[in-house]
Amino acid sequence: MSALAVYAGLGWRRWSAYRTAAAAGAFTNTVFGLIKAAITMGAIGAAGGILAGYDALTGATYAWLAQALIGPVNVFTWSELAERIRSGDIAIDLARPIDPQAGYLAADLGRAAFQLVPRAAPPLMVGALVTGLALPGQVLPYLLGLVSVTLAVVVSFACRWLVNLAAFWLLDLRGVMTLYLVASNLLCGLVVPVHWFPPWLAAVAAWTPFPAMLQHPIDIIMGRAAGPDALVLLGEQVAWALGLLVVGRAVFELGARRVVVQGG
Amino acid sequence: MAEALAPYRALLASRLRSQLTYRRSFVLDLAGAVGIGVLELAEVLVIFSSITVLGELDLAGALLLFAFAGIGFSLADMAVGHVDSLPTYLRSGTLDAFLLRPLPVLAQLITSDLQLRRLGRTAVAAVVLVIALTMNTIVWTPALVILAVLTPLFSAVIFAALFVCAAAVQFWLVEGGEFANAFTYGGSYAASYPTSIFSLPMRVLFTFVVPAAFTAYLPTLVLLGHAGPAWTPAVLGWFAPVAAAGIWTVALLGWRAGLRHYTGAGS
Repeated sequence: MSALAVYAGLGWRRWSAYRTAAAAGAFTNTVFGLIKAAITMGAIGAAGGILAGYDALTGATYAWLAQALIGPVNVFTWSELAERIRSGDIAIDLARPIDPQAGYLAADLGRAAFQLVPRAAPPLMVGALVTGLALPGQVLPYLLGLVSVTLAVVVSFACRWLVNLAAFWLLDLRGVMTLYLVASNLLCGLVVPVHWFPPWLAAVAAWTPFPAMLQHPIDIIMGRAAGPDALVLLGEQVAWALGLLVVGRAVFELGARRVVVQGG
Repeated sequence: MAEALAPYRALLASRLRSQLTYRRSFVLDLAGAVGIGVLELAEVLVIFSSITVLGELDLAGALLLFAFAGIGFSLADMAVGHVDSLPTYLRSGTLDAFLLRPLPVLAQLITSDLQLRRLGRTAVAAVVLVIALTMNTIVWTPALVILAVLTPLFSAVIFAALFVCAAAVQFWLVEGGEFANAFTYGGSYAASYPTSIFSLPMRVLFTFVVPAAFTAYLPTLVLLGHAGPAWTPAVLGWFAPVAAAGIWTVALLGWRAGLRHYTGAGS
Protein backbone atom coordinates (compact mmCIF):
# COMPACT_ATOMS: atom_id res chain seq x y z
CA MET A 1 0.00 0.00 0.00
CA SER A 2 2.81 2.42 0.84
CA ALA A 3 4.33 1.65 -2.56
CA LEU A 4 1.11 2.79 -4.22
CA ALA A 5 1.19 5.99 -2.18
CA VAL A 6 4.72 6.59 -3.49
CA TYR A 7 3.47 6.06 -7.06
CA ALA A 8 0.63 8.53 -6.49
CA GLY A 9 3.13 11.04 -5.08
CA LEU A 10 5.37 10.56 -8.11
CA GLY A 11 2.40 11.12 -10.41
CA TRP A 12 1.75 14.41 -8.63
CA ARG A 13 5.40 15.51 -8.72
CA ARG A 14 5.88 14.60 -12.34
CA TRP A 15 2.96 16.71 -13.51
CA SER A 16 3.61 19.59 -11.13
CA ALA A 17 7.11 19.97 -12.61
CA TYR A 18 5.77 21.55 -15.81
CA ARG A 19 3.97 24.67 -14.62
CA THR A 20 3.90 26.37 -18.01
CA ALA A 21 2.30 23.31 -19.57
CA ALA A 22 -0.42 23.32 -16.89
CA ALA A 23 -1.04 27.04 -17.48
CA ALA A 24 -1.16 26.52 -21.24
CA GLY A 25 -3.64 23.68 -20.85
CA ALA A 26 -5.86 25.74 -18.57
CA PHE A 27 -5.70 28.68 -21.01
CA THR A 28 -6.80 26.49 -23.94
CA ASN A 29 -9.58 24.88 -21.87
CA THR A 30 -10.77 28.38 -20.99
CA VAL A 31 -10.81 29.68 -24.58
CA PHE A 32 -12.74 26.57 -25.67
CA GLY A 33 -15.05 27.17 -22.70
CA LEU A 34 -15.85 30.68 -24.00
CA ILE A 35 -16.77 29.23 -27.42
CA LYS A 36 -18.63 26.26 -25.97
CA ALA A 37 -20.63 28.36 -23.48
CA ALA A 38 -21.64 30.72 -26.32
CA ILE A 39 -22.78 27.83 -28.54
CA THR A 40 -24.66 26.20 -25.65
CA MET A 41 -26.40 29.45 -24.67
CA GLY A 42 -27.16 30.18 -28.34
CA ALA A 43 -28.78 26.77 -28.78
CA ILE A 44 -30.78 27.11 -25.55
CA GLY A 45 -31.92 30.59 -26.61
CA ALA A 46 -32.99 29.21 -30.01
CA ALA A 47 -34.95 26.43 -28.24
CA GLY A 48 -36.98 29.05 -26.37
CA GLY A 49 -34.98 29.37 -23.17
CA ILE A 50 -34.99 25.74 -21.94
CA LEU A 51 -33.38 22.73 -23.59
CA ALA A 52 -33.54 19.30 -21.92
CA GLY A 53 -33.89 20.97 -18.53
CA TYR A 54 -31.00 23.42 -19.03
CA ASP A 55 -31.64 27.16 -19.09
CA ALA A 56 -29.00 29.60 -20.36
CA LEU A 57 -27.19 29.79 -17.00
CA THR A 58 -27.18 26.05 -16.21
CA GLY A 59 -26.23 25.29 -19.83
CA ALA A 60 -23.22 27.62 -19.60
CA THR A 61 -22.34 26.08 -16.21
CA TYR A 62 -22.36 22.65 -17.83
CA ALA A 63 -19.97 23.86 -20.54
CA TRP A 64 -17.58 25.40 -17.99
CA LEU A 65 -17.60 22.34 -15.71
CA ALA A 66 -16.88 20.08 -18.70
CA GLN A 67 -13.89 22.28 -19.61
CA ALA A 68 -12.74 22.25 -15.97
CA LEU A 69 -12.78 18.44 -15.78
CA ILE A 70 -11.00 17.76 -19.11
CA GLY A 71 -7.57 17.97 -17.49
CA PRO A 72 -8.11 15.99 -14.26
CA VAL A 73 -10.28 13.27 -15.82
CA ASN A 74 -8.18 13.20 -19.01
CA VAL A 75 -10.86 12.51 -21.59
CA PHE A 76 -8.26 12.62 -24.36
CA THR A 77 -5.76 9.95 -25.30
CA TRP A 78 -2.79 8.63 -23.37
CA SER A 79 -0.18 6.46 -25.07
CA GLU A 80 2.56 6.06 -22.48
CA LEU A 81 1.79 2.41 -21.77
CA ALA A 82 1.49 1.60 -25.49
CA GLU A 83 4.93 3.12 -26.09
CA ARG A 84 6.43 1.04 -23.28
CA ILE A 85 4.86 -2.09 -24.75
CA ARG A 86 6.21 -1.25 -28.22
CA SER A 87 9.70 -0.44 -26.98
CA GLY A 88 9.83 -3.45 -24.65
CA ASP A 89 10.21 -1.31 -21.51
CA ILE A 90 7.07 -3.05 -20.25
CA ALA A 91 9.43 -5.89 -19.24
CA ILE A 92 10.83 -3.56 -16.55
CA ASP A 93 7.30 -2.87 -15.24
CA LEU A 94 6.66 -6.62 -15.10
CA ALA A 95 9.81 -7.16 -13.04
CA ARG A 96 8.80 -4.58 -10.41
CA PRO A 97 7.43 -5.90 -7.12
CA ILE A 98 4.15 -4.01 -7.66
CA ASP A 99 1.14 -4.80 -9.78
CA PRO A 100 1.57 -2.78 -13.02
CA GLN A 101 -2.11 -1.84 -13.32
CA ALA A 102 -2.32 -0.70 -9.69
CA GLY A 103 0.94 1.23 -10.04
CA TYR A 104 -0.16 3.10 -13.17
CA LEU A 105 -3.60 3.78 -11.64
CA ALA A 106 -1.98 5.25 -8.51
CA ALA A 107 0.26 7.48 -10.65
CA ASP A 108 -2.75 8.60 -12.68
CA LEU A 109 -4.69 9.49 -9.51
CA GLY A 110 -1.68 11.53 -8.38
CA ARG A 111 -1.68 13.33 -11.73
CA ALA A 112 -5.40 14.04 -11.46
CA ALA A 113 -5.03 15.31 -7.89
CA PHE A 114 -2.39 17.80 -9.01
CA GLN A 115 -4.35 18.93 -12.07
CA LEU A 116 -7.64 19.41 -10.21
CA VAL A 117 -6.93 22.96 -9.09
CA PRO A 118 -4.64 24.45 -11.78
CA ARG A 119 -6.68 23.03 -14.66
CA ALA A 120 -10.17 23.47 -13.23
CA ALA A 121 -9.98 26.81 -11.40
CA PRO A 122 -9.13 29.11 -14.37
CA PRO A 123 -12.05 28.03 -16.62
CA LEU A 124 -14.46 28.17 -13.66
CA MET A 125 -13.28 31.64 -12.63
CA VAL A 126 -13.58 33.00 -16.17
CA GLY A 127 -16.98 31.30 -16.43
CA ALA A 128 -18.14 32.96 -13.20
CA LEU A 129 -17.07 36.36 -14.58
CA VAL A 130 -18.34 36.02 -18.16
CA THR A 131 -21.59 34.05 -17.96
CA GLY A 132 -22.04 33.34 -14.24
CA LEU A 133 -22.25 29.84 -12.77
CA ALA A 134 -25.31 28.07 -11.38
CA LEU A 135 -23.78 26.02 -8.56
CA PRO A 136 -25.63 24.59 -5.55
CA GLY A 137 -25.35 26.33 -2.17
CA GLN A 138 -25.08 23.17 -0.05
CA VAL A 139 -21.91 21.26 0.76
CA LEU A 140 -23.21 17.75 -0.05
CA PRO A 141 -23.18 18.00 -3.88
CA TYR A 142 -19.50 19.01 -3.78
CA LEU A 143 -18.54 16.13 -1.46
CA LEU A 144 -20.41 13.63 -3.63
CA GLY A 145 -18.95 15.41 -6.68
CA LEU A 146 -15.42 14.88 -5.40
CA VAL A 147 -16.12 11.15 -5.01
CA SER A 148 -17.69 11.10 -8.45
CA VAL A 149 -14.73 12.90 -10.08
CA THR A 150 -12.33 10.42 -8.44
CA LEU A 151 -14.40 7.53 -9.82
CA ALA A 152 -14.46 9.27 -13.22
CA VAL A 153 -10.64 9.35 -13.20
CA VAL A 154 -10.60 5.61 -12.45
CA VAL A 155 -13.09 4.83 -15.26
CA SER A 156 -11.13 7.04 -17.67
CA PHE A 157 -7.87 5.33 -16.65
CA ALA A 158 -9.39 1.84 -17.02
CA CYS A 159 -10.57 2.69 -20.57
CA ARG A 160 -7.22 4.21 -21.57
CA TRP A 161 -5.41 1.21 -20.08
CA LEU A 162 -7.47 -1.16 -22.28
CA VAL A 163 -6.92 0.91 -25.44
CA ASN A 164 -3.16 0.95 -24.77
CA LEU A 165 -3.07 -2.83 -24.36
CA ALA A 166 -3.91 -3.14 -28.07
CA ALA A 167 -0.20 -2.38 -28.54
CA PHE A 168 0.53 -6.02 -27.61
CA TRP A 169 -1.14 -7.04 -30.89
CA LEU A 170 -0.88 -3.96 -33.15
CA LEU A 171 2.24 -2.02 -34.15
CA ASP A 172 0.60 1.32 -34.82
CA LEU A 173 -2.13 2.54 -32.49
CA ARG A 174 -2.80 6.02 -33.83
CA GLY A 175 -5.93 5.03 -35.77
CA VAL A 176 -7.33 3.05 -32.83
CA MET A 177 -6.65 5.94 -30.44
CA THR A 178 -8.31 8.46 -32.74
CA LEU A 179 -11.44 6.29 -33.01
CA TYR A 180 -11.48 5.92 -29.20
CA LEU A 181 -11.16 9.71 -28.88
CA VAL A 182 -14.10 10.26 -31.23
CA ALA A 183 -16.39 7.76 -29.46
CA SER A 184 -15.47 8.87 -25.93
CA ASN A 185 -15.62 12.63 -26.55
CA LEU A 186 -19.08 12.42 -28.09
CA LEU A 187 -20.59 9.89 -25.67
CA CYS A 188 -19.11 11.28 -22.41
CA GLY A 189 -20.92 14.58 -22.93
CA LEU A 190 -17.87 16.73 -23.70
CA VAL A 191 -19.21 17.86 -27.07
CA VAL A 192 -22.83 18.45 -25.97
CA PRO A 193 -24.58 17.20 -22.80
CA VAL A 194 -25.76 13.58 -23.06
CA HIS A 195 -29.25 14.83 -22.06
CA TRP A 196 -29.46 16.64 -25.44
CA PHE A 197 -28.96 13.45 -27.44
CA PRO A 198 -31.81 12.10 -29.57
CA PRO A 199 -33.21 8.96 -27.87
CA TRP A 200 -31.30 6.42 -30.01
CA LEU A 201 -27.93 8.08 -29.33
CA ALA A 202 -28.74 8.42 -25.64
CA ALA A 203 -29.44 4.67 -25.60
CA VAL A 204 -26.06 3.99 -27.23
CA ALA A 205 -24.32 6.22 -24.65
CA ALA A 206 -26.08 4.47 -21.77
CA TRP A 207 -24.46 1.18 -22.79
CA THR A 208 -20.93 2.63 -22.66
CA PRO A 209 -18.76 3.71 -19.71
CA PHE A 210 -18.25 7.18 -21.25
CA PRO A 211 -21.06 9.12 -19.48
CA ALA A 212 -19.48 7.93 -16.20
CA MET A 213 -16.36 9.94 -17.15
CA LEU A 214 -17.96 13.40 -17.45
CA GLN A 215 -21.75 13.60 -17.55
CA HIS A 216 -22.28 11.84 -14.19
CA PRO A 217 -19.85 13.95 -12.12
CA ILE A 218 -21.24 17.15 -13.64
CA ASP A 219 -24.84 16.07 -12.94
CA ILE A 220 -23.86 15.41 -9.33
CA ILE A 221 -21.92 18.66 -8.82
CA MET A 222 -24.69 20.78 -10.40
CA GLY A 223 -27.32 19.06 -8.24
CA ARG A 224 -29.21 17.83 -11.32
CA ALA A 225 -28.90 14.37 -9.77
CA ALA A 226 -29.42 14.64 -5.99
CA GLY A 227 -30.26 12.18 -3.20
CA PRO A 228 -31.01 8.66 -4.47
CA ASP A 229 -30.37 9.71 -8.11
CA ALA A 230 -26.84 10.74 -7.18
CA LEU A 231 -26.27 7.40 -5.43
CA VAL A 232 -27.46 5.53 -8.56
CA LEU A 233 -24.97 7.45 -10.69
CA LEU A 234 -22.17 6.78 -8.19
CA GLY A 235 -23.10 3.08 -8.17
CA GLU A 236 -22.95 3.03 -11.98
CA GLN A 237 -19.49 4.61 -11.84
CA VAL A 238 -18.27 2.05 -9.28
CA ALA A 239 -19.61 -0.81 -11.43
CA TRP A 240 -17.90 0.50 -14.59
CA ALA A 241 -14.64 1.17 -12.74
CA LEU A 242 -14.45 -2.31 -11.22
CA GLY A 243 -15.65 -4.10 -14.36
CA LEU A 244 -13.21 -2.33 -16.65
CA LEU A 245 -10.29 -2.77 -14.25
CA VAL A 246 -10.96 -6.53 -14.03
CA VAL A 247 -11.18 -6.84 -17.84
CA GLY A 248 -8.04 -4.71 -18.17
CA ARG A 249 -6.18 -7.01 -15.80
CA ALA A 250 -7.22 -10.14 -17.75
CA VAL A 251 -6.26 -8.61 -21.11
CA PHE A 252 -2.94 -7.43 -19.67
CA GLU A 253 -2.11 -10.97 -18.56
CA LEU A 254 -2.97 -12.31 -22.01
CA GLY A 255 -0.77 -9.66 -23.64
CA ALA A 256 2.10 -10.07 -21.19
CA ARG A 257 2.42 -13.70 -22.27
CA ARG A 258 3.47 -12.41 -25.68
CA VAL A 259 6.39 -10.46 -24.24
CA VAL A 260 9.72 -12.08 -24.97
CA VAL A 261 12.56 -10.79 -22.83
CA GLN A 262 15.98 -11.16 -24.39
CA GLY A 263 18.81 -12.01 -22.03
CA GLY A 264 21.91 -9.89 -21.80
CA MET B 1 11.74 27.29 -61.09
CA ALA B 2 11.22 23.53 -61.57
CA GLU B 3 14.80 22.96 -60.47
CA ALA B 4 14.34 25.07 -57.35
CA LEU B 5 11.35 22.95 -56.35
CA ALA B 6 13.06 19.60 -57.00
CA PRO B 7 14.24 19.09 -53.38
CA TYR B 8 10.71 19.68 -52.09
CA ARG B 9 9.29 17.22 -54.63
CA ALA B 10 11.78 14.59 -53.51
CA LEU B 11 11.04 15.28 -49.82
CA LEU B 12 7.28 15.13 -50.28
CA ALA B 13 7.41 12.01 -52.45
CA SER B 14 9.43 10.20 -49.78
CA ARG B 15 6.94 11.22 -47.03
CA LEU B 16 3.97 10.05 -49.07
CA ARG B 17 5.64 6.74 -49.96
CA SER B 18 6.45 6.06 -46.33
CA GLN B 19 2.82 6.61 -45.26
CA LEU B 20 1.45 4.25 -47.90
CA THR B 21 3.90 1.45 -47.09
CA TYR B 22 2.02 0.17 -44.06
CA ARG B 23 -1.41 -0.24 -45.65
CA ARG B 24 -3.34 -1.43 -42.61
CA SER B 25 -2.04 1.39 -40.41
CA PHE B 26 -2.87 3.89 -43.11
CA VAL B 27 -6.43 2.59 -43.48
CA LEU B 28 -6.93 2.78 -39.68
CA ASP B 29 -5.47 6.30 -39.65
CA LEU B 30 -7.78 7.32 -42.45
CA ALA B 31 -10.75 5.80 -40.58
CA GLY B 32 -9.71 7.81 -37.51
CA ALA B 33 -9.67 11.02 -39.55
CA VAL B 34 -13.11 10.24 -41.00
CA GLY B 35 -14.25 9.60 -37.42
CA ILE B 36 -13.07 13.06 -36.30
CA GLY B 37 -15.03 14.60 -39.19
CA VAL B 38 -18.13 12.59 -38.23
CA LEU B 39 -17.73 13.62 -34.57
CA GLU B 40 -17.75 17.30 -35.49
CA LEU B 41 -20.75 16.77 -37.74
CA ALA B 42 -22.55 14.86 -34.97
CA GLU B 43 -22.18 17.90 -32.68
CA VAL B 44 -23.96 20.11 -35.23
CA LEU B 45 -26.65 17.49 -35.88
CA VAL B 46 -27.32 16.85 -32.16
CA ILE B 47 -27.70 20.59 -31.56
CA PHE B 48 -30.07 20.93 -34.52
CA SER B 49 -32.09 17.92 -33.39
CA SER B 50 -33.68 20.18 -30.75
CA ILE B 51 -33.67 23.57 -32.51
CA THR B 52 -34.35 24.87 -36.03
CA VAL B 53 -32.31 28.07 -36.23
CA LEU B 54 -28.94 28.96 -34.63
CA GLY B 55 -27.76 32.54 -35.11
CA GLU B 56 -29.47 33.34 -38.43
CA LEU B 57 -28.78 29.91 -39.98
CA ASP B 58 -31.09 26.93 -40.30
CA LEU B 59 -29.67 23.39 -40.55
CA ALA B 60 -28.97 23.76 -44.30
CA GLY B 61 -27.08 27.01 -43.71
CA ALA B 62 -25.22 25.58 -40.71
CA LEU B 63 -24.11 22.58 -42.79
CA LEU B 64 -22.79 24.89 -45.53
CA LEU B 65 -20.86 26.81 -42.89
CA PHE B 66 -19.59 23.55 -41.34
CA ALA B 67 -18.44 22.26 -44.75
CA PHE B 68 -16.46 25.41 -45.66
CA ALA B 69 -14.74 25.51 -42.27
CA GLY B 70 -14.14 21.74 -42.30
CA ILE B 71 -12.58 21.59 -45.77
CA GLY B 72 -10.42 24.62 -45.05
CA PHE B 73 -9.18 23.42 -41.67
CA SER B 74 -8.52 19.83 -42.70
CA LEU B 75 -6.55 20.89 -45.80
CA ALA B 76 -4.49 23.32 -43.70
CA ASP B 77 -4.02 20.65 -41.03
CA MET B 78 -2.76 18.20 -43.66
CA ALA B 79 -0.37 20.66 -45.27
CA VAL B 80 1.04 22.47 -42.22
CA GLY B 81 -0.69 21.09 -39.10
CA HIS B 82 2.44 19.21 -38.08
CA VAL B 83 4.32 22.49 -37.48
CA ASP B 84 2.80 22.32 -33.99
CA SER B 85 5.32 19.58 -33.23
CA LEU B 86 7.99 22.31 -33.31
CA PRO B 87 8.52 22.10 -29.50
CA THR B 88 9.61 18.46 -29.96
CA TYR B 89 12.13 19.55 -32.60
CA LEU B 90 13.32 22.38 -30.34
CA ARG B 91 13.85 20.09 -27.34
CA SER B 92 15.51 17.29 -29.25
CA GLY B 93 17.69 19.62 -31.32
CA THR B 94 16.33 18.36 -34.65
CA LEU B 95 15.76 21.95 -35.73
CA ASP B 96 19.52 22.53 -35.82
CA ALA B 97 19.76 20.07 -38.72
CA PHE B 98 17.13 22.08 -40.61
CA LEU B 99 19.19 25.23 -40.08
CA LEU B 100 22.22 23.65 -41.74
CA ARG B 101 20.43 22.78 -44.98
CA PRO B 102 20.28 25.36 -47.79
CA LEU B 103 16.46 25.57 -47.78
CA PRO B 104 14.16 27.87 -45.76
CA VAL B 105 13.43 26.29 -42.36
CA LEU B 106 9.66 26.85 -42.59
CA ALA B 107 9.50 25.18 -46.01
CA GLN B 108 11.49 22.22 -44.68
CA LEU B 109 9.25 21.93 -41.65
CA ILE B 110 6.11 22.02 -43.81
CA THR B 111 7.40 19.31 -46.16
CA SER B 112 8.72 17.21 -43.26
CA ASP B 113 5.49 15.43 -42.36
CA LEU B 114 2.56 16.00 -44.76
CA GLN B 115 -0.22 13.75 -43.44
CA LEU B 116 -2.40 12.16 -46.11
CA ARG B 117 -4.68 10.59 -43.47
CA ARG B 118 -6.16 14.01 -42.79
CA LEU B 119 -7.88 13.80 -46.17
CA GLY B 120 -10.41 11.56 -44.38
CA ARG B 121 -11.70 14.62 -42.58
CA THR B 122 -11.71 16.62 -45.82
CA ALA B 123 -13.80 13.88 -47.43
CA VAL B 124 -16.48 14.14 -44.71
CA ALA B 125 -16.63 17.93 -45.11
CA ALA B 126 -16.73 17.63 -48.94
CA VAL B 127 -19.71 15.26 -48.77
CA VAL B 128 -21.44 17.69 -46.40
CA LEU B 129 -20.69 20.53 -48.84
CA VAL B 130 -22.44 18.73 -51.71
CA ILE B 131 -25.45 17.96 -49.50
CA ALA B 132 -25.55 21.54 -48.16
CA LEU B 133 -25.39 23.07 -51.64
CA THR B 134 -28.46 21.06 -52.71
CA MET B 135 -30.35 21.83 -49.47
CA ASN B 136 -29.93 25.61 -49.66
CA THR B 137 -31.71 27.81 -52.18
CA ILE B 138 -28.93 30.02 -53.49
CA VAL B 139 -29.57 32.53 -56.29
CA TRP B 140 -26.44 31.75 -58.24
CA THR B 141 -24.60 34.53 -60.09
CA PRO B 142 -21.13 34.17 -61.66
CA ALA B 143 -19.67 36.11 -58.74
CA LEU B 144 -21.28 33.77 -56.18
CA VAL B 145 -19.99 30.70 -58.04
CA ILE B 146 -16.46 32.11 -57.83
CA LEU B 147 -17.00 32.88 -54.13
CA ALA B 148 -18.21 29.32 -53.42
CA VAL B 149 -15.20 27.82 -55.20
CA LEU B 150 -12.62 30.12 -53.61
CA THR B 151 -14.01 30.04 -50.05
CA PRO B 152 -12.66 26.57 -49.06
CA LEU B 153 -9.29 27.47 -50.59
CA PHE B 154 -8.91 30.78 -48.76
CA SER B 155 -10.25 29.07 -45.65
CA ALA B 156 -7.31 26.64 -45.89
CA VAL B 157 -4.88 29.51 -46.50
CA ILE B 158 -6.12 31.38 -43.41
CA PHE B 159 -5.98 28.29 -41.16
CA ALA B 160 -2.49 27.49 -42.47
CA ALA B 161 -1.36 30.98 -41.41
CA LEU B 162 -2.84 30.39 -37.93
CA PHE B 163 -0.78 27.21 -37.65
CA VAL B 164 2.38 29.12 -38.59
CA CYS B 165 1.55 31.87 -36.06
CA ALA B 166 1.08 29.18 -33.41
CA ALA B 167 4.40 27.55 -34.33
CA ALA B 168 6.21 30.91 -34.19
CA VAL B 169 5.02 31.44 -30.61
CA GLN B 170 6.58 28.09 -29.62
CA PHE B 171 10.08 29.56 -29.96
CA TRP B 172 9.32 31.48 -26.76
CA LEU B 173 6.96 29.02 -25.05
CA VAL B 174 8.60 25.64 -25.55
CA GLU B 175 6.72 24.01 -22.66
CA GLY B 176 3.51 25.87 -23.34
CA GLY B 177 2.77 24.33 -26.72
CA GLU B 178 -0.88 24.00 -25.82
CA PHE B 179 -1.35 27.80 -25.67
CA ALA B 180 -1.34 27.86 -29.43
CA ASN B 181 -4.07 25.21 -29.69
CA ALA B 182 -6.51 27.78 -28.35
CA PHE B 183 -6.13 29.76 -31.57
CA THR B 184 -5.69 26.99 -34.17
CA TYR B 185 -8.15 24.34 -32.98
CA GLY B 186 -10.16 26.97 -31.10
CA GLY B 187 -10.32 29.08 -34.27
CA SER B 188 -11.55 26.07 -36.21
CA TYR B 189 -14.17 25.34 -33.54
CA ALA B 190 -15.39 28.94 -33.53
CA ALA B 191 -15.41 28.99 -37.35
CA SER B 192 -17.80 26.02 -37.51
CA TYR B 193 -20.62 27.97 -35.82
CA PRO B 194 -22.41 31.23 -36.73
CA THR B 195 -20.22 34.02 -35.35
CA SER B 196 -23.40 35.98 -34.57
CA ILE B 197 -24.09 33.82 -31.47
CA PHE B 198 -20.92 35.20 -29.82
CA SER B 199 -20.79 38.33 -27.67
CA LEU B 200 -19.34 41.41 -29.38
CA PRO B 201 -15.79 41.13 -27.94
CA MET B 202 -15.56 37.47 -29.00
CA ARG B 203 -17.01 38.29 -32.42
CA VAL B 204 -14.38 40.97 -32.91
CA LEU B 205 -11.66 38.54 -31.70
CA PHE B 206 -12.69 35.77 -34.11
CA THR B 207 -13.16 38.21 -37.02
CA PHE B 208 -10.41 40.79 -36.84
CA VAL B 209 -7.70 39.23 -34.62
CA VAL B 210 -8.02 35.49 -35.36
CA PRO B 211 -9.82 35.79 -38.73
CA ALA B 212 -11.87 32.61 -38.28
CA ALA B 213 -15.13 34.25 -39.42
CA PHE B 214 -13.62 34.86 -42.87
CA THR B 215 -13.04 31.14 -43.40
CA ALA B 216 -16.72 30.17 -43.55
CA TYR B 217 -19.28 32.33 -41.73
CA LEU B 218 -19.01 35.59 -43.66
CA PRO B 219 -18.91 33.95 -47.15
CA THR B 220 -21.90 31.78 -46.12
CA LEU B 221 -23.86 34.94 -45.26
CA VAL B 222 -23.13 36.33 -48.75
CA LEU B 223 -24.17 33.09 -50.47
CA LEU B 224 -27.42 32.84 -48.52
CA GLY B 225 -28.23 36.56 -48.83
CA HIS B 226 -28.18 37.34 -45.08
CA ALA B 227 -27.25 40.82 -43.86
CA GLY B 228 -24.96 39.80 -41.01
CA PRO B 229 -24.82 41.14 -37.45
CA ALA B 230 -23.71 44.63 -36.45
CA TRP B 231 -19.95 45.35 -36.86
CA THR B 232 -19.46 42.26 -39.08
CA PRO B 233 -21.73 42.83 -42.13
CA ALA B 234 -22.02 40.12 -44.78
CA VAL B 235 -20.10 42.24 -47.31
CA LEU B 236 -16.92 41.26 -45.41
CA GLY B 237 -17.46 37.80 -46.93
CA TRP B 238 -15.77 39.06 -50.09
CA PHE B 239 -12.63 40.01 -48.19
CA ALA B 240 -11.23 36.60 -47.22
CA PRO B 241 -8.18 37.20 -49.49
CA VAL B 242 -7.44 40.42 -47.58
CA ALA B 243 -7.76 38.60 -44.26
CA ALA B 244 -5.50 35.83 -45.59
CA ALA B 245 -2.85 38.35 -46.69
CA GLY B 246 -3.03 40.06 -43.30
CA ILE B 247 -2.68 36.94 -41.19
CA TRP B 248 0.11 35.54 -43.40
CA THR B 249 2.04 38.80 -42.95
CA VAL B 250 1.74 38.40 -39.18
CA ALA B 251 2.64 34.70 -39.44
CA LEU B 252 5.80 35.23 -41.51
CA LEU B 253 7.02 38.19 -39.43
CA GLY B 254 6.38 36.16 -36.27
CA TRP B 255 8.18 33.14 -37.68
CA ARG B 256 11.21 35.25 -38.66
CA ALA B 257 11.35 36.84 -35.22
CA GLY B 258 11.03 33.39 -33.59
CA LEU B 259 13.82 31.89 -35.67
CA ARG B 260 16.09 34.84 -34.78
CA HIS B 261 15.24 34.38 -31.13
CA TYR B 262 16.25 30.72 -31.31
CA THR B 263 19.76 30.12 -30.07
CA GLY B 264 20.25 26.43 -30.74
CA ALA B 265 19.92 23.33 -28.61
CA GLY B 266 23.67 22.97 -28.16
CA SER B 267 23.68 19.81 -30.23
